[in-house]
Amino acid sequence: MTAIDPTAHLTAEQIEELGRELDAIRDEVIASRGEKDAAYIRKVISAQRKLELASRGVLLFSIFPPAWLLGTAGLSVAKIMDNMEIGHNVLHGQWDWMRDPKIHSTAWEWDHVSPADQWKHSHNELHHTYTNVIGKDNDLGYGIMRVDEDQKWHPLHLGQPLWNFLNACFFEYGIAAYDLELGKNLHKRRRKNPEFRARAKAVGRKIRKQVLKDYVIHPLLSGPSFVPTLAATFTANLVRNIWSHSVIMCGHFPEGVQVFERRSIKGETRGQWYLRQMMGSANISGSRAMHFMTGNLSHQIEHHLFPDLPSNRYAEVAVKVRALFEKYELEYVTGPLPKQVFSAWRKVVRLSLPNRSPKVKTPAREQELVAA
Amino acid sequence: MTSAALRSRAWKLLEMVTTPLLPSDYLDLVSPLRAGADLRGRIEAVHPETGDAATIVIRPGRGWRGHTAGQYVRIGVDVDGVRLWRAYSITSPTNRQDGRVTITVKAIPDGKVSNHLVRRAKPGTLIQLDQPTGDFVLPRAKPAKVLYLTAGSGITPVMGMLRDVELDDVVMVHCAPRPQDVIFRSELHDLVADKKLRLTEMHTDTDGMLDIARLDELVPDWAERETWACGPAGLLDTAEDHWTEHGVPERLHTERFRPSIVVTGDGGEVTFSATGKTVDAAGTTPLLDIGEEAGVLMPSGCRMGICFGCITPLKAGAVRDLRTGEITEAEPGVLIQTCVSAAAGPCDIER
Ligand code: FES
Repeated sequence: MTAIDPTAHLTAEQIEELGRELDAIRDEVIASRGEKDAAYIRKVISAQRKLELASRGVLLFSIFPPAWLLGTAGLSVAKIMDNMEIGHNVLHGQWDWMRDPKIHSTAWEWDHVSPADQWKHSHNELHHTYTNVIGKDNDLGYGIMRVDEDQKWHPLHLGQPLWNFLNACFFEYGIAAYDLELGKNLHKRRRKNPEFRARAKAVGRKIRKQVLKDYVIHPLLSGPSFVPTLAATFTANLVRNIWSHSVIMCGHFPEGVQVFERRSIKGETRGQWYLRQMMGSANISGSRAMHFMTGNLSHQIEHHLFPDLPSNRYAEVAVKVRALFEKYELEYVTGPLPKQVFSAWRKVVRLSLPNRSPKVKTPAREQELVAA
Repeated sequence: MTSAALRSRAWKLLEMVTTPLLPSDYLDLVSPLRAGADLRGRIEAVHPETGDAATIVIRPGRGWRGHTAGQYVRIGVDVDGVRLWRAYSITSPTNRQDGRVTITVKAIPDGKVSNHLVRRAKPGTLIQLDQPTGDFVLPRAKPAKVLYLTAGSGITPVMGMLRDVELDDVVMVHCAPRPQDVIFRSELHDLVADKKLRLTEMHTDTDGMLDIARLDELVPDWAERETWACGPAGLLDTAEDHWTEHGVPERLHTERFRPSIVVTGDGGEVTFSATGKTVDAAGTTPLLDIGEEAGVLMPSGCRMGICFGCITPLKAGAVRDLRTGEITEAEPGVLIQTCVSAAAGPCDIER
């Protein structure tokens, strides 16, 4: 929706050809999926469980500062692994091909207050289908932020850096509310909808269990270390939340990432859909450890092109995808984490202020944006 | 409070500690074969039997309930990362001292699991197990005269019986292509030497297929014998006809290994078994569309294969992935994405 369409130089045939080339990359990975990949996810799951167990064990003695530090660090990492490399990816069905009922999108539950099935709906279905389409993809600004110059400014937007910060701290609750479409459903009429109530109840149950575990049971088990353990789990949740919020902001928010209008996806071809994913996502560059800790969402572009490919294969896919970007003269938005986080935050701050006037004026679109 | 109630309370508390996982998810890390775990086994050894058959020694988990000679067990093995389930006869006797059980597997051409087990399985590997089952077993009261009629790997359940119970009068007719293809050959010959078994070994490469009419000459009193037959469908079909013709069908017990063969094609009749609807489907139309057109309630999301919001159990038959052309055959627990799968022959979708 920027003034200059960065894909304008591509012909319709080129876009379809691009789609075929991407399909070929996908087929190659599918055909070579095997034992090594299965061993990878099993190893990660087992490592996560051992780390969590060990950290919780150490936190039983969190009254001693070194134990507190070690336990908190370990638990933070364990929670990040659970949410990012394991939960997010298993729930995408990336490992369903193994036919292991224990590592399957239909059975997985994660250390998060949003129940897996609700998250799958809002994330896998809505966000991944309507990536960056304003008004359809609520991941864009989570419905609480202004994400594009063309959106009408409202004084409430002045607060968006603050909302964004609070959202980062309590990200898992933000996600749960967002999966529930709380904003939309709190209207009197919708509140009573039995389907909504059932979903809200499920979230309530999940929150209760999670809170009980982190803030009651484990501190109680720690006896004299009750308060330090409570502080430790709170810290670990905070760290996990801020981390995942940062990573996810980097996925679609940095400068250079395109957003799309609702009309533009009518009758979209496979090639056009791929192109939208390419232009609507951004990567994070860095070491293997960095990719791992982001759940390979540092390969956001590749993930959006192929959300169901095993995450451990995105790195090799990225090389081929990047070559296609070059071939078709498109901008591959990527950069180190601090740069991308800064870029995303700068945009949040900039858009909290009114800009002069939308760069392109089309009344119809403006109406649509306001409605969104 | 009773101890059972106490235990269930303790378990509940433990569940709160481990939520959203279960305590068993952690216990499995250290003790996958413990009592109360999902039933698994550990491969402890693999002994080659012939060029293409091997005996797999398995230590079953504590929940194993034991078997009766002649029964089979379904095992789930990860082949190239994919869990596949197959049934194999148990070849070890029921009173084996070390608590292990064995299955004996013959690698069949293109058999993913059998080739994996015979040629690649490694000691230490965990496999999934079901409890043993099957009624191809000896009756409690020992029959006076027995005939075992077997071919190829059909010998495996019978070997389980031979090793388990000693009978007074046992005759065996066994067919295999060549002498070196006879699984358990030396053990069988030992039994013969000990006068515990009378054996007719037929080598079909040189002798040709067993002509059931020759049974009169090989085992003159076959009709008086309680018979257990296991082998390819052709052999069992002729045997059943033969026993029926001679008015003694109740003396024949058969075991068939591969009961149903999936026919794959292009399109086919789709049954939506939960709704009870059957419709004809083209080989190019996604099953999601087929179902919706037929008025079946189909879950869906992206409709393009990315969200997994449409996955549905495939109960029978086969489907083709419209993107890759890959065929998926029904097996228990197999789910398909209906938005990118089309019928590849008749199939049954649980919707
Ligand atoms: S509807 Fe999304 S994968 Fe089938």
